[in-house]
Amino acid sequence: MSVLEVSGLSVSYITREGPVPAVRGVSFGIDRGQVLGLAGESGCGKSTIGLGLLRLLPPGTQMSGRVVLNGADVLAMAPSQLGAVRWTQASVVFQGAQHALDPVIRVGDQIEEAILAHRPATRRETRARTAELLELVGLPARRARDFPNEFSGGQKQRVMIAMALACDPDLVIADEPTTALDVMVQAQVLRLLKNLQMELGLSMLFITHDLSVLAQVADRLAVMYAGRIVEEGPADEVFGSPAHPYTAALADAFPRIGDEAFVQSPGGLDGDPPDPRELPSGCSFHPRCPRVMDRCRTIEPPSFPAGTGRRAECLLLEEGAPEAMPT
Amino acid sequence: MTAILPAPDRSEVSGPLLRVDDLHVTFAGRHRVFERHAEQAPARAVDGVSLEIGEGEVVALAGESGCGKTTLARAIMGFVRPERGTIEFRGKPLAKNLRGYRREVQMVYQDPTGALNPRQTVYDSVAEGLRIHKVPGDEAELVDRALARAGLRPPERFLLRFPHELSGGQRQRVVIAGALALEPRVIVADEPVSNLDASVRGEILRLLLQLRRDARISILIVTHDLALAWSVADRVAVMYLGRIVEVGPTRDVLLEPRHPYTRALLDVVPDAQDAGALDRPLLTGEPPDPTRIPEACRFHPRCPALADGRAAAAGVEEACRSDDPRLEPIVPGHLAACHLAHRRPAGFRVP
Amino acid sequence: MADDALAAKTRSPRAVVWARRRLSAGRFWATYRRSVMGIVGLAILVVFVLVALLAPVLVSSDQLDVTKATGPILEGPSWAYPMGTDDAGRSVLALVVWGSRVSLAIGLLAAAVSMVVGAAVGIIAGFRGGRWDAALMRFTDWFLVLPGLPLAIVLAAILGQSMFIIVMVIGLTSWPWTARIVRSQALSVRERAYVERARGLGARDPQLILKHVLPNLFPVIFANTILSIAAAILAESALSFIGLGDPLRVSWGATLELAFAAGAPTIGAWWWIGFPGACIVLVVLAFTMCGNALEEILNPRLRQR
Repeated sequence: MSVLEVSGLSVSYITREGPVPAVRGVSFGIDRGQVLGLAGESGCGKSTIGLGLLRLLPPGTQMSGRVVLNGADVLAMAPSQLGAVRWTQASVVFQGAQHALDPVIRVGDQIEEAILAHRPATRRETRARTAELLELVGLPARRARDFPNEFSGGQKQRVMIAMALACDPDLVIADEPTTALDVMVQAQVLRLLKNLQMELGLSMLFITHDLSVLAQVADRLAVMYAGRIVEEGPADEVFGSPAHPYTAALADAFPRIGDEAFVQSPGGLDGDPPDPRELPSGCSFHPRCPRVMDRCRTIEPPSFPAGTGRRAECLLLEEGAPEAMPT
Repeated sequence: MTAILPAPDRSEVSGPLLRVDDLHVTFAGRHRVFERHAEQAPARAVDGVSLEIGEGEVVALAGESGCGKTTLARAIMGFVRPERGTIEFRGKPLAKNLRGYRREVQMVYQDPTGALNPRQTVYDSVAEGLRIHKVPGDEAELVDRALARAGLRPPERFLLRFPHELSGGQRQRVVIAGALALEPRVIVADEPVSNLDASVRGEILRLLLQLRRDARISILIVTHDLALAWSVADRVAVMYLGRIVEVGPTRDVLLEPRHPYTRALLDVVPDAQDAGALDRPLLTGEPPDPTRIPEACRFHPRCPALADGRAAAAGVEEACRSDDPRLEPIVPGHLAACHLAHRRPAGFRVP
Repeated sequence: MADDALAAKTRSPRAVVWARRRLSAGRFWATYRRSVMGIVGLAILVVFVLVALLAPVLVSSDQLDVTKATGPILEGPSWAYPMGTDDAGRSVLALVVWGSRVSLAIGLLAAAVSMVVGAAVGIIAGFRGGRWDAALMRFTDWFLVLPGLPLAIVLAAILGQSMFIIVMVIGLTSWPWTARIVRSQALSVRERAYVERARGLGARDPQLILKHVLPNLFPVIFANTILSIAAAILAESALSFIGLGDPLRVSWGATLELAFAAGAPTIGAWWWIGFPGACIVLVVLAFTMCGNALEEILNPRLRQR
């Protein structure tokens, strides 16, 4: 049973020089209680997807395709319906929670406001719910009376998570939720998210540039490059034996302590991710691909199966292509 | 040795190229000239650090934010004045005039976008150091060479660009080229890749390693990422609240950590190969605050070895709560500031 | 790509930098053009500047001499004397045309003095920080709270009434605002990483200021200077009006003073007061409009609105 089913989603930003494609025909689904990790570098379109699912992108942004959340197409909804879906069915945890909290309103009041905006409740109910939520994210209930500046960065991110959970959503979209945090705090927040997800049976879209984090929290992994999902499959398999050369390079960019292969040789690719305004011909990864073939420069690779429940967009996976990626 | 400009005489170097000895950097609490504020406690950002960097050596300085690693780097650059302690370069303490020193010790910054003046072309940014030091020779040629060494080839494609026309990785290369133009002996790199995309990080790190190989440039790389240290460093120094708590060869420190704090830091490195990584215990207690450094061992309020009784079993609990441990060798070259580590027979590992 | 073509055509870095400056000036003009306020202000200014520059061609300076004046006394606007005549039979048009030279020159020069002093104080205070900042800003505050015009009156009365003195008096009483604005910008530029990088490369304060701080403050200083020209012209008119201007030169303020002294309002010689007065209002307004338009484009904080 899938909570979210996205098919053929394309998003273009409107700029003075014309539309810039940020997401180019992306399809994926998230089953109930499942965590899908969405990985990729800056500008690959991953955050655009996160915002686009709830139509939180700037007005005028062009979107096409289908985003079916609990059976209803979000892209076809009227604005009033949209308001009902946000928070109650799906909510978002952004990176940089510091800026998302109003500095002059007590944290508890901000959470209560989020609850009241979506369901009628008495003062006493919302207060009890706020206390419950704070304890759920590992903060004492009495901290509801504090102002945001009395919280550390990690604590603010916990408050944001509490707010995201306020209306019992089915799906939580976490967009780089730990990126701005320090290593220790990052580990705490990550554990909290994973525990909450399991306890509450949440479905989650976890967006980050850090593949090594995803390999730990995600059940399935989707890797994006230049607006497309180039590989998707079970997290441990995708990370452990990538089918797409880009996934392989990205995985290599996160050295594993103790692995001799990384000593004095940090992994990664040469060159930079492409500018969405000037995408390379054929496979958009071909200028940086270590295994590029002639055909890659002209043919845009379709999706090929790459094992059970796995797919990748790479001509190496085509029948008769030279040996697929070494695993 | 590859073709590099005649660098200052290197024969005098015996022992480490750069040596920091008992360095203290304190930031005063809030205070203004004509106002009287409630005095805030001073922050002891660097609180007695000694560190040596040999010629052609890559040392990683690791720790959480607020541990003083960046302040230490900035003190080495002469951007902040130490309260006490010495910094020696080629065996001589730094003179009051840092001009000569600043030719030889260069910094690479975390945010290459901010480190380049948006109104200057790549050419001007790279030539800036040459002009300041009135380096003899053909400026255009020196700039070309620096760009090429930093991997921006062909140089003429980049000379006249402005920073906003470059990618993050290219900007960082321009910063590195600006440093290389002066033929430095030491590069202090403060989180040089943390603002870059994952796939681009490797090229910058490989470039730094290549400079060490080809020109024997020493590199101090400040990072919060121990996995990065694993892939580039010869030695790792771990800082906690203004002090180095463990230092030694990369392999020893990261595979056989002796200080419980190093162990804790290693435990939070995301490890895709280890499914149980998320179940490992985390450090508890307050995050480190340099305005309130605990007495005795500065790590003892958070120390898991003290909390779970290992310290008591080894008979050092008393010491942990009363004595400030010194950074001393456990085996030659591998030092730790931990009472427990020193009580342990050789070969004993932190579980 | 256009950039590469540019680079290929002109290999020298200097040439390309200039080519780019022209390009960005073009972009600046394209933005400025969209501001109605800025364009109207600029048009008015162009007219006045042309008049001031061409004054010797337009009107003979003989007409300013009371003894050589040929016109009827105190006559209203006519074909021969479009702005009428004064009590000595001089053409008010001639007075206004020649007066524009003095008024504009004093405005520009005084604004320049104010800019140099204000920018220097602001940059040193903001960039050096610490005690320099505290001391210089207390000094600035002290000037800021002194009422400008009365101070200028006192100074002009004591020091005498030459054009040079007027320029200095106006310039030295109006710099504190510039200093405060420049200081706040310098404070933020000082913290930029590229300033630290330049320091790491070995640059000293004067080099840092010239290479990094000034170029980044230039837009703010420029917009501010344009605005302060308007204030300086007003100040000059005020000083001249109360008889503290340079007695040897005809300015708009001086013309007004003469008119009032001769009782123009009571005898109904509106043209004698009206035309020079309108010129002051127009030019001050025009400079203010241009300054505001510039500030909106050049000051990043205003641009985001």
